[in-house]
Amino acid sequence: MSILVDQNTRVLIQGITGREGTFHARGCREYGTTIVAGVTPGRGGTVHEEVPVFDTVRQAVQKTGAEVSLIFVPPASAADAILEAVDAGIRLAVCITEGIPASDMVTVRAALRDGRTRLIGPNCPGIISPGKCKIGIMPGYIHKPGPAGVLSRSGTLTYEAVAQLTRRGIGQSTCIGIGGDPIIGTTFVDALRLFRDDEQTRVIVLIGEIGGGAEEEAARWAASDLKKPMVAFVAGQTAPPGRRMGHAGAIISGGHGTAAEKIAVLQECGVRVLQSPAEIGEAVEAALKEGARPVRARENG
Amino acid sequence: MKIHEYQAKQILKRFGIEVPKGEVAFNPKDALTIASRLGGRTVLKAQIHAGGRGKGGGVKIAADADEAERLARQMIGMSLVTPQTGPQGKKVRRLLIEEPVDISREIYLGVTLDRDRSVPVMMASAQGGMEIEEIARRDPKAIQIEPVDPLIGLRPFQARRISYGLGLSGDLVARATRLMQALLRAYQDTDASLAEINPLVVRAQGALVALDAKMAFDDNALYRHPEIRELRDPDEEDPLEVEASAHGLNYVKLHGNIGCMVNGAGLAMATMDIIKLVGGEPANFLDVGGGATSEQVASAFRILLADPNVKGVLINIFGGILRGDVLARGLVEAIRRVDVGVPVVVRLEGTNVEEGRQILKESGLDFTLADGMLDAARKVVALAGRR
Repeated sequence: MSILVDQNTRVLIQGITGREGTFHARGCREYGTTIVAGVTPGRGGTVHEEVPVFDTVRQAVQKTGAEVSLIFVPPASAADAILEAVDAGIRLAVCITEGIPASDMVTVRAALRDGRTRLIGPNCPGIISPGKCKIGIMPGYIHKPGPAGVLSRSGTLTYEAVAQLTRRGIGQSTCIGIGGDPIIGTTFVDALRLFRDDEQTRVIVLIGEIGGGAEEEAARWAASDLKKPMVAFVAGQTAPPGRRMGHAGAIISGGHGTAAEKIAVLQECGVRVLQSPAEIGEAVEAALKEGARPVRARENG
Repeated sequence: MKIHEYQAKQILKRFGIEVPKGEVAFNPKDALTIASRLGGRTVLKAQIHAGGRGKGGGVKIAADADEAERLARQMIGMSLVTPQTGPQGKKVRRLLIEEPVDISREIYLGVTLDRDRSVPVMMASAQGGMEIEEIARRDPKAIQIEPVDPLIGLRPFQARRISYGLGLSGDLVARATRLMQALLRAYQDTDASLAEINPLVVRAQGALVALDAKMAFDDNALYRHPEIRELRDPDEEDPLEVEASAHGLNYVKLHGNIGCMVNGAGLAMATMDIIKLVGGEPANFLDVGGGATSEQVASAFRILLADPNVKGVLINIFGGILRGDVLARGLVEAIRRVDVGVPVVVRLEGTNVEEGRQILKESGLDFTLADGMLDAARKVVALAGRR
């Protein structure tokens, strides 16, 4: 298996006629992804990169049966693009766009409450199920199919981790970049749940970074609900407080969100945390050999 | 983006929140004029982007306008050290001069984004005047939090619940409710990331006044608030960081001696971490982005090398979409344009990496090539240590 996307997934691209949209539509298709439609308001009825373009997501869904949308719309209109995908009943929206105002994402999260649409991102590289399909901007060739589920708030650091795995012959079931913004659609815990239930996934790599409390939440969930081995790295151990480290969400504020805090909670919850980002491949190899991790009994209440 | 207290107060005032009468002074003469206009007896508050100003001598009281001028002479140009500025302090260039306010009690009130709930929250505490982080550490139960539903807003009952929790009664409850709704509007209408009144003062006659205010804004939303963007004070920022942002680079200056140039924020943080792990100290965070054109690499070099502490540079690029040969050519071109003068260690990974390495080797420039992040970090720390 793999999670969320596979060789049968039918993808549409919002913003396909833009520079990024065009470039990555090509990249995804070359990887083997089935791209059935593009959406750019005002360009309906044309064909771009051999893909039919529609004015609205709803038309595209009706005509082509697209179920997943990959979004390359600029920040000022990206929230609206996500909402349009939700309205059209898209099952999974993957938003690559960086720089969406946080207040727009507050509105988007409210619209996602009924749970019909899952959002990955924004400000993320997307999702790939190696050998099946790639819905994002990651370099496909560094991946290979296999047992590792990779989950990360970062882009190039995820590629680094994947390359280390592949070099050791360890393939991946699915890799998800959940995004570097303070408000994102799919959290670590959401994705961990999917990996837990996926047969192909036998080991999980979680790559966190400073800011927020998502790593702690993931650690606590894993302590009681995850038997599969998990290896974690938290970037930003040397980051100063109060400074935004590139990603809008990577900031230690009010003394919270430090790497030390996250590492401590992950360790308490029985997750193997790496000091060095160069050890990811090695640690995953060891974890695969060791197998299942002890699961803590659920606390009462 | 952060702004000064006096600017935050001007915004809050626009949303109907009462603030003390006051004006900003850039020199002692302004201070004299403003203090005279306010009746002589005034409070002088240093305007820097850091809290804890009272503790460092950044807040003074003048008995009359002449004393205001005298105090302003001492304060403007001084380096103010507070628990939040670091030991080097921050230079004071502006003073807020205000009428004094009688105080019967002090309250904390703030709106910020709750990342875990994905909504803004209204926070309040009866222990005003203290930093909210301090209250959270000492007595987390003393902070009340009301999540704001983005589709419904802050309901009056939520504001009343906070007011009663603060021990307010009578007319004050209605006044506090209106004030909280105004504060939330100020936060939402300006795309703020923080809108804080601390302390909110209850005056003897029952009026509510924002004695101190702090606002910060979502950088991603500044494009739709040109009036807020104009409040940016470049004097409060590191000049190298200002230059970096003009070139579309994410740069944060630190205090070590290993300059880093990396594509991607997560990989950049991880590179800093591994430098530290092998015994070095990163001089900066620098994310050149996914594109990393040769112009960007050249500006990145100029910025890195403008920091005199830098004794070695580590370039860590994971070329995914970008090909290694293209990157290598960009690097060579950039280094030819800049006088580097310190050892440079390059770690390239990704598409066409062999061609990239070949180009670097054949360039005749003095690069040290590394294999993997650990090797790169060790090499740069060793080379920098020899200088």
